[in-house]
Amino acid sequence: MTASAVWQIVLTLLVAGGLSIPLGHYIARVFCNQKTFLDPILDPVDALIYRLIGRDATGQAMNWRGYAASMLWTNVLMGLVIYVLLSAQGHLPLNPLHFAGLNPFLAFNTAASFITNTNWQNYAGESTLSLFSQMAAITFPMFTSAATGFVVAIAFFRALSANTSQGANLGNFYRDFVRVLTRLLLPVCLVVTPILVWQGSPDTLTGMVVAHGLQGGVQHIPLGPVADLEAIKHLGTNGGGFYNANSAHPFENPTPLSNLIETLLMMVTPMALVVTFGRMVENARLARVMYGVMALMLVTALFIAVGAEQAGTPLLTHAGIMQAPGHGQMGGNMVGKEVRFGITQSAIFDTVSTAFTTGTVNSMLDSYTPMGGMVSLVQMMLNCVFGGKGVGVLNFLMYGIFAVFIAGLMVGRTPEFLGKKIEKREIVLASLALLVHPIIILIPTAWSLLAPYGVSSLGNSGSHGLSEVLYAFTSAAANNGSAFAGLNGNTPWYNVTLGLVILFGRYASIIFMLALGGSLAAKPAVSETVGTLKTDTMLFGGFWLATIVVVGALTFFPVLVLGPIAEVFALYAHHATAGGLR
Amino acid sequence: MKGNVTTTPSRLAWGRLSKEAAVDSFRKLTLRHQLRNPVMFVVYVGAWLVLALFVRDLVSGSGGQSSFTGSVDAWLWFTLLFANFSESLAEGQGKAQAASLRQARHEVSAKRLQQAARNSPFEVVAGAALRSGDYVLVEAGDIMPSDGEAVIGVAAVDESAITGESAPVIREGGGDRSAVTGGTQVLSDWLIVRITAAAGDTFLDRMIKMVEGASRRKTPNEIALGILLVVLTLVFLVVTITLFPFSWYGVHYAAHNGRVVGITVLVALLVCLIPTTIGALLPAIGIAGIMRLLRANVVATSGRAIEAAGDVDVLFLDKTGTITYGNRQAAAFYAAEGVPLPRLVACARHASLADGTPEGKSIVALAETQYGMQGLGQQEAGTLIPFSADTRMSGVDVAGRRIRKGAPDAIRAWISNLGGDWPAGLGEVIEQIASGGATPLVVCEDEDVLGLVELKDIVKGGIKERFAALRKMGIRTVMVTGDNPLTARAIATEAGVDDFLAEAKPEAKLARIQEYHSRGHMVAMTGDGTNDAPALAQADVALCMASGTQAAREAANMVDLDSNPTKLLEIVGIGKQLLMTRGSLTTFSVANDVAKYFAIIPAAFVGTYPALAALNVMDLSSPRHAILAAVIFNAVVIPLLIPLALRGVRYKAASAKELLRRNIWIYGVGGIVAPFVGIKLIDLLLTSM
Repeated sequence: MTASAVWQIVLTLLVAGGLSIPLGHYIARVFCNQKTFLDPILDPVDALIYRLIGRDATGQAMNWRGYAASMLWTNVLMGLVIYVLLSAQGHLPLNPLHFAGLNPFLAFNTAASFITNTNWQNYAGESTLSLFSQMAAITFPMFTSAATGFVVAIAFFRALSANTSQGANLGNFYRDFVRVLTRLLLPVCLVVTPILVWQGSPDTLTGMVVAHGLQGGVQHIPLGPVADLEAIKHLGTNGGGFYNANSAHPFENPTPLSNLIETLLMMVTPMALVVTFGRMVENARLARVMYGVMALMLVTALFIAVGAEQAGTPLLTHAGIMQAPGHGQMGGNMVGKEVRFGITQSAIFDTVSTAFTTGTVNSMLDSYTPMGGMVSLVQMMLNCVFGGKGVGVLNFLMYGIFAVFIAGLMVGRTPEFLGKKIEKREIVLASLALLVHPIIILIPTAWSLLAPYGVSSLGNSGSHGLSEVLYAFTSAAANNGSAFAGLNGNTPWYNVTLGLVILFGRYASIIFMLALGGSLAAKPAVSETVGTLKTDTMLFGGFWLATIVVVGALTFFPVLVLGPIAEVFALYAHHATAGGLR
Repeated sequence: MKGNVTTTPSRLAWGRLSKEAAVDSFRKLTLRHQLRNPVMFVVYVGAWLVLALFVRDLVSGSGGQSSFTGSVDAWLWFTLLFANFSESLAEGQGKAQAASLRQARHEVSAKRLQQAARNSPFEVVAGAALRSGDYVLVEAGDIMPSDGEAVIGVAAVDESAITGESAPVIREGGGDRSAVTGGTQVLSDWLIVRITAAAGDTFLDRMIKMVEGASRRKTPNEIALGILLVVLTLVFLVVTITLFPFSWYGVHYAAHNGRVVGITVLVALLVCLIPTTIGALLPAIGIAGIMRLLRANVVATSGRAIEAAGDVDVLFLDKTGTITYGNRQAAAFYAAEGVPLPRLVACARHASLADGTPEGKSIVALAETQYGMQGLGQQEAGTLIPFSADTRMSGVDVAGRRIRKGAPDAIRAWISNLGGDWPAGLGEVIEQIASGGATPLVVCEDEDVLGLVELKDIVKGGIKERFAALRKMGIRTVMVTGDNPLTARAIATEAGVDDFLAEAKPEAKLARIQEYHSRGHMVAMTGDGTNDAPALAQADVALCMASGTQAAREAANMVDLDSNPTKLLEIVGIGKQLLMTRGSLTTFSVANDVAKYFAIIPAAFVGTYPALAALNVMDLSSPRHAILAAVIFNAVVIPLLIPLALRGVRYKAASAKELLRRNIWIYGVGGIVAPFVGIKLIDLLLTSM
C-alpha cells in the first residue's frame, strides 16, 4: 500500500472522528431537551409542526410498545404513499420525460427499499423515475427513514439511561422524529447542497439537456434535483442514486472534494451516535470502548480493501502487466473505478459505504478483487461497523448483550449491563434480533441458487455468481442497499424476495431491540461494585469484538468460503475463475 | 466426627458411580430424554439420520463410503453417550447421598397425644398418619416421626442423621431451640412436639428430593443460557442446511467439479458447530453446584438460591459466632495504683476458679498462661458466690477473705458499703477500656479495689483477611450486633467489616435490608431465631442454622446443618463458582468452533474448489480424516471436561476484572487453541492406524 493511501485513510478517519464528537454532544442535547444554539430559530418551527400533528400525539410519553407502534404506523403510511406515487407517476406532474408508472413488483421493492433506509435499486433512476418521483418518493423517504433509524436508537438509549425516574418511558416518537429532521438532517443538508452545486452537481427541475458533440453526435443528458438528493443520500446513510451509476456518475459526485464531503457525511452521524449514547447513559468510558471497537473494525476493513485493490490481481502480474503504482500510474485494480477518484478514494468510499450501510458506490464492486469485494460483504454481514443511522449502534449493543451475558457468567454473577440485569427475556429478544439476520440472508440466497428463476439473473457463473446473490440478500438484510451489480434484480422473484428481506431486516430487529430496551428500562438498577463486570474496559471491548467475530462472522464463514474466499484462493492459485475478472 | 452424609465419594465409590452412570447413559438414549436437551436432541436426530445412511451404504455395497459414514455415526452416538454419562454421574452422586439420607427415614410409629400435655393419654399411630398440627410425645430412644416444633420439655437429641454431627444437641419447648427434624433420635428426657410437616414433606424428604434432582427446576440463569444455546443451534442449523444448495450450485454451475457435499459431512459439521460441549455438561454443572453446597453441609431449598448467592453484594453477619468467638474473654489485667500486679492477678484468678462461665474460665486461663500463675491448683477453693442479677457480681469467700469481681458501678456500691475507697485514676482506665469496645471488670478483696480485668470480644483469627477478600470481590460486610454503638464500632474496626448495625432489633435489621434493596444491592444474611424470620424472608439469600426455629427455617432458603454462620462466605463462593463454570464452558464451547471450521470446511469443499486446500491450516491428512477428527474431538472433549464440570472452575476471591481476564485467557483463548492441537493429534492417530 502506498504512503499516500495510508495518509488518505488516516486523514479521513481523523476528520470524521473529530467532527463526530461535538456532533454527538449536540445530538444528545437535542434529545435531552437541553439548550442548543439553533433553539431561537427552530423552537417556533417545531411548535408549529407539533400543532399540526396534534398536541395530544406529541405530548405524551411512550413506552416501548407505543413508540414501536407509532414508528411502524408512520412508516407503513409513508410506504403506501410512496408505492402509490411510484405506480401513478405517469399521471403526476413534473414528469418531463413522460415515464410510465412502475410495475407493482418494482414499486413494492422500491417503496420497501426507500422507506427502510436500504435504497436498494432495481431500476435506473434517470430512465425510470420522473422528477416528482425522485423528490417525493426518493428524496423524501431518505429524510424520514434516516430519522426513523435515528429515533429508535435514541429511544433505546433513553431506556438504558440510568435515570430511573423515567421508568419505562422511551420518549415521544413524533417529537423525536420532528426534532431530528429540523435540528440535524435539514440544517446540514441546507449547508451541504450549495457546496455540491458549486462542485458541479445539478439541482434543477429541467428534465434533460441535449448536447451536440464536436463530431456531430447527439447526447441526451438527464438532469434533475440531484445535489439535494446527494446531501441527504449520504448524511442519512441512504445510498440510492439519482442516476444508475450512483456516485460514480459525475453529476452525483463531480470532484474529489465532493467525494470527500460525501464520505464524511456518511460517517459523521453514525459515529456521533456512539458519543450521544455515552452521554445519554452517562458512561463516556463505555462509549469510548464501543467507539474504539467499531473504529478498529473499520480501520481493518479500510486497510484490507485499499490494500487488496492496490495490489491488483496476480493474473495480470502473471501476464507481465505492471500493476505497481508510480511513474504516473495508479497501479492496482482500476477496473470499474473512476479515474478522477483512483483506487484509494474508490476503495475508501465503498468500504465506508458498506460499513455505514449507506450503499452508495463510486465504483463497481462487481469488478473489485475478491478480497476487496469480500470486505464490503463481511461488513454488511456484521452490520455494526458503526453501521447505519441508529440501527448500527443498536446491532452493536445487541452483540454487547450476548458478550455481557457470557462474560457476566464468567465472573460469577447474574450478568448486568449498565446496572440492569440481563435475564431470560433480554436473551430471548436479543436472540430473535440476532437470528433474523442469518435466516433472511442464507435461506433466500440458497433458494435463489437452486431455482432457475434465481440463477437466470446472474451476471457471472462461477463462485462469483454465488457472491452476487449473497451480496444482494446481505445488502437487503442489512438495509444497506449497496449493489454488487452483475445481478439483474428487476425480476418478480428478486423484487419480491429482496423487498421482503428488506422489510424483515429493518422492522424485526428494530422492534425486538425496542422491546429489549423497554424490558431493561422497567428493571430496577443494580448497584455497581468491584464484583460487577465492567463493560467500559479494553478487556471487555476485546471480548465484545470476539463475540461479534465468532457469533456474527463465523456464521457466514461456510458460505463465504464457497463465494469470495474460493475466488481469492483460486486467484492466487492461478486458476482463472469465470467471474473473477471481467 | 464429620458425618457420613456429605463426604466426598471415595475412589471406590467413584468406580461404582461411574459404572452405574455408564449403564444409565445407554438408558438415556430415548427420544423422551433427549428432547429435554435441545442441543443434544439435534445430535440425536443427526445420529439416527447418519445411521440410516450407513445402513443404505451397507445395503448398496459402497464399502469405502460406508466405513466413513459408520465411523462418523459411531462418534455421534459416543457424543450422546458422553453427554448422558456426565449427567448420570452427577445424578449418581446425588442418589448416593440421598440413599444414605433415606436410611434415616425408616418407618416410625408415633405417640399421638390428645392434647399438648405430659399426662395426656396417647395412641400409637404410624408416622405416615400424622397431620400437621398433631401433638406427639417423643421419649428417650424414640425417633422423631416428622418435622415439628417442641412445645413442652427439654431433651438431648441426636441429629447426626441429618447433620453428620455426632454430638447431641439440646431441644426445648418454646424459645429459639424448639425446631426438631424428622428422623432424629431423642437420647434423653422427653419432648412434646407439634407436627409441622405431613409425612413425605419433611425437611428430610425435601433434602432427599433436592439431592436426587427430582424437584430440581432450572434456575433463571440456566434457562437464559439454555435459550442462548438453542439460538446458536438454530443459527448453525440454518448455516449447514443452506450449505447444501450452495454446494450444489458450486458443483453444477460454478466449478463443474467435485461432488455435492454429503448429508454425513453436513451432520458432522452441524454437530461440531452447535455448542454440544456446554449443552452436554450443563445439567451436570447444575447438579454439581447443589452437591458442592451439600458437601459444605448446606441444604438449599431451590437452585435459585445458589445462583442468588453468586450475586450477593452485601452480607449481614451476626457478630457473635461469626465475627467473634461467642463469648467475651479476658484480655488484660490493670492493677490499681499501689497494688502489685501479681496480687490482682492471683485474686482475679481465685475469684474465677470455681466460676464455670466462659468469662471466668478465660480469666483463669489468662492468669495462668500470660501471668505465670499456673500450677497453683484448686486447693484453696473456698465458697463460690455465684453471679446474680441482683448483686451483679460474683466471687469467692475463702479463709475470711471476700474476693469479688463485677461491673464497676456494682463493685463501687459494694466497696462504699464496706467503707473502702475508690482508687483515683481507675475511672480513666475504665473509660479507656469501654471506648475500646471491651468490658471492664473490677476486682476487689474486701474493701480494697485491686484493679481491672479487661474482657474483650475476641475477633476470630483470619476473619479480617476473609473480609478483605470479600471486599476485593465487591462484597460489603455488615456486622449485626446487640452491642451499643461504641462497642460495635470498635469490634467492626478490628474485624474490618464495612458497616455495622448496633443495638440491632429485628425491625432495624429488616429496615436495613430494605434500604440496601432500594439501592439495588442483593443481601445475604444468617439467622436462627423466630424474630429473624421477617429479615430472612426479605433477604435474597437467607441461611438458617439447623438449630434454628421452625419459623426461621421456613423463611430461609438455605439451611446450614453445621449451624456455622461463617458458612455464608463459602456459600457465596459456591454460587459464583457455579455461574463461572457455566460461563467459562460456554466460552470454551463457542471458541472451539473456529478450529472446527478450519478442519471441516476445506475438507468438505476441496473437491469442488481445489484451491481451498490452502485453508487446511492444520495440514490434516485427508478430507475424511479431517472431518472424523473434528467429530472425535467434539465427542471426547465432553468426558475430558466432566471433572471440571463437577468440580467447578478454579475459584478465588478476586475482582470481576481479574476473574474475567483469567477466564478469557483460559477458556476463550484456550478454547480457540485447544481444538487445533486436539484435532491435529487425532488426525495423526487416525493416519497411523
